Amino acid sequence: MALTGLDIFKLLPKTNCKKCGMPTCLAFAMALAQKRAKLEDCPDVSEEAKGKLAAASAPPMRKIVFGTQENQVQLGQETVMFRHEEKFYNPTALTVTVSDKLTGEDLTKRIKAVNALQFERIGIKIGVKAIALINDSGSSDSFAQAAATVKDASNLALILVTDSPDAMAAAAAKTKESVPLLASATPDTAEEMAKVAKENGCPIVAKADSLDALAGLTEKIKAAGVEDIVLNIESPDLQSQLLNLSKMRALALKKVFRPLGYPTVSFATDGDADTQLASAVSLICKYAGIVVLDTVEPYAILPMLTAVMNIYTDPQKPVQVEPKVYRIGEPNENSPVMFTTNFSLTYYTLESDVESSRIPSYILVVDTEGTSVLTAYSGDKLNEKTVADAMTKYGVADLVKHRKLIIPGYVAVMSGKLEEATNWEIMVGPRECSMLPKFLQEVWN
Amino acid sequence: MPVPEISERFSGSVNRITLGATKENGGTRTSTVTIGGASNVVYGGSSADAGEKPVIAMDVLDSKPEDWPDVLLEPYKDVLDSPGDWAKKCVEEFGAELICVKFEGIHPDKGDKDAAHAIKVTEEVLKAVGVPLVLWGCGNDEKDNQVMPKVSGAAKGEKCLTGAVTEDNYKSLTAIALADGHYLITQAPLDINIAKQINILASDMGFPLERIVTFQSTGALGYGIEYAYSIQERQRIAALTGDKMMAMPVICDVGYESWRAKEAKVTDAPDWGPAEDRGPAWEIATAVCLLQAGVDIIRIRHPRAATAVNNFINQVWQK
Repeated sequence: MALTGLDIFKLLPKTNCKKCGMPTCLAFAMALAQKRAKLEDCPDVSEEAKGKLAAASAPPMRKIVFGTQENQVQLGQETVMFRHEEKFYNPTALTVTVSDKLTGEDLTKRIKAVNALQFERIGIKIGVKAIALINDSGSSDSFAQAAATVKDASNLALILVTDSPDAMAAAAAKTKESVPLLASATPDTAEEMAKVAKENGCPIVAKADSLDALAGLTEKIKAAGVEDIVLNIESPDLQSQLLNLSKMRALALKKVFRPLGYPTVSFATDGDADTQLASAVSLICKYAGIVVLDTVEPYAILPMLTAVMNIYTDPQKPVQVEPKVYRIGEPNENSPVMFTTNFSLTYYTLESDVESSRIPSYILVVDTEGTSVLTAYSGDKLNEKTVADAMTKYGVADLVKHRKLIIPGYVAVMSGKLEEATNWEIMVGPRECSMLPKFLQEVWN
Repeated sequence: MPVPEISERFSGSVNRITLGATKENGGTRTSTVTIGGASNVVYGGSSADAGEKPVIAMDVLDSKPEDWPDVLLEPYKDVLDSPGDWAKKCVEEFGAELICVKFEGIHPDKGDKDAAHAIKVTEEVLKAVGVPLVLWGCGNDEKDNQVMPKVSGAAKGEKCLTGAVTEDNYKSLTAIALADGHYLITQAPLDINIAKQINILASDMGFPLERIVTFQSTGALGYGIEYAYSIQERQRIAALTGDKMMAMPVICDVGYESWRAKEAKVTDAPDWGPAEDRGPAWEIATAVCLLQAGVDIIRIRHPRAATAVNNFINQVWQK
C-alpha cells in the first residue's frame, strides 16, 4: 500500500537538518510521497526505515524485462484497471510458437515466417516481439539445439517453454546472452527451475492451476533468490482465464498483494487463426502481459497488433499526424486539394474515404494540436489564418494549377473569410466524410 | 498461500430487456432476445455477474449495397435484391438471432427511396424470419422523420428496436416508437455527456428508460476504437454506480465501421494477407475488442465474423 507523506515522516529522523536540500523533514516526506525526491537524499535515515519505505514504494506490479538491446521486451509496471484512468504502460508482447520438433529447413522456415510479422501503422513500427520455443520433442538435446538455432536466426526475444528442468538448463546454457524468459516453473519444479534462472540470470515464469497455488509458488521462487517472475495461471477455458486475469490485476493493484504483483503470460494457441484472433484480442484488452500464439497468418496478427497499439494509447494525449501535405494516390496539377486537422482519427477517416473515391488528391493537414474539425474551429485553432498559413508553409499553390480548395462541411461558415485570406475558390465538402467519394466524383469529374 | 478476497459489489446494474414479441405478447415473432443485466465490469466478480450473453445482429440492407467490397458481397450475392431472402439466409444459414434492417436506400444521396418501399421491406423481412428486428434509419434527419415512423407502424407491436434518435432529431421517432410499443436507440457522437442528454430528452417525452438502448457511435479497430472502448467502459461503470440515465444496454456498429478500414477493403496488400481473410478478421477483432469494454448488441456483416464472434461469446459468457 502506498504510504502517505505523514506515514513517511514518522520513519524519518525528524532533525530538520536540511542535508537533503529540503527545509524540513516533513517537506522531504511530502516530496517522497509524490515521488519528487529519493530516499538516498537523506543521509541519516535508519536501516529499518529504509526497508519499510522500499517495500512500500515498490510498484504494485514489478517490471520484468527479457531479451536484449532493441529487442528487449518490457512488461509490468501497470497501475490501473481502466485505460481512461491512466495510460496502460507496457504494451502486450505478442509471441509466436516454434516447435523444437522442427529441424533443418522446416525450422528456419518457421523462424522466418515469425520474423516477417512486422508492420507499419500510422508511421509507427509494430510487430511480434518474441518467439516461444516449445519443447514438444521431450528431448533436452533437441530443445537446446533448436534454441541455439532460434537465437542465431532471429532477432526477436526468446521464451523457452518446457516443464523439464534438464531441458531448460541445456537450452538456457546455449542462449543466456540473449536473456530468454524461462517458462515455466511449477510447484513441483520450483527449486530446480529457480536454480537454472539464477545461474543464467534469466527471468522465470511461474505456472500453477489456482491463484492460491500460484501465490505460494512465487514466494517459493523468490525465496530461492529469483525475483523476476511472470505469472501463468493455467485455466480450464478462456472464460476462467479472463476472470483470473482480472482478479490477479485487481489483487496486484488494489490490494497490493505482492505474491501476484507480476505481469502475466497467456497462451492463445488453440483453434484456427480466427479463434486465436478473438482470444488474443480479449487477452490484450484484459491485462495479459504476453500472449503466445500459434498462427503466423498476417491477416490475424495485424489486427492483434493494432489492438495492442489502440488499447495502450495514452488516453490523455490525442494521437496526431504530422502537419503537411499528404498525397493520396498519384495526384497531379489538376487534382483536388482539401484540408483537415492533424487529429489522427480525423485524418485517417478522411484518408480512407478519399482513397475509396479513387480520385488522386492532396490533403493538407493543418496543425490544430490534435483536435477534430469542430473542436479546432470552436477553439479558434482552425480559422482562415491557420489554413492560409499552412497553405503557404507547405507550398500548396505550387502543387496545382487550379485555385479551388475543398473545405470540411462542418466549417462551411468560414468560407467567406477563407476566400478573402487565400484568394482561392472555396468549395464546401460534405459534413460526413463518408459522403466524400460521391462528392468528389460529382464535382471533380 | 490463500489470496485475499476481492469483493467489489455495485449498487446498480445494466437494464435487462427482451426484444421481440411472440404471439402470446401480441406479435408474430417466433423467438425473442434478452440482453443486459450485467452487475459488474466485464470479467469483474464472477461469471454470474456478467448478465445476459451479448448478441449479434446481422445487417440486412433495404436496397442492394452500392459500395460493399466483393469479399463482403460474395456470401449474399443471390439475395442482395431481396431483403426478405437476405434476412432468411442470415437466420437459417448463418444462425442470426437478431436482424438489423438498415434503411440505407432511403437516404437522399443513396437512392432516395420512399416510405412505401421501406414499409414493403419491413413487411417482407417480418414475414421471412421469426427473429426480432432492429429497424435503423439512414441518418438523414428529414428523410428519417418522413419514413421511419411509417416503418415503425408497419412493425407495430413486434417490440423491435428502432432508431437511431439524436440530440437534434428525436421527437417524431421517439413518439412513434412509444406508441407502437418498440424499443428506442439513442445515438451520441462518442460523447458521454451527449449520450446522457439524449436519454434525458427521450425520457422527458415519457419514453421509459427501460426501453432504451444506447449507441455511443463506434470506431473500428485502428480507427478510433480506443475512444469507443473507454466510453463504453465509463458507461458501464456509471450504470453500476447507479446512474439510471446511463444504465441502458449498448449497441455498436461493428460491420459498417470495420469494412471502412483500409485493412479490410484494400485488395492489393500482400503483406497483410489475403483480402478475403482481412475483412472478416477486422470485424472479429473490432467486435471482440468492444466486448471487453461492455456491449450488448453487435452489428456484424460478414458471416465468418458472425461465427467467430459467436464462438467467442459462447466460450466466455458461460454461466
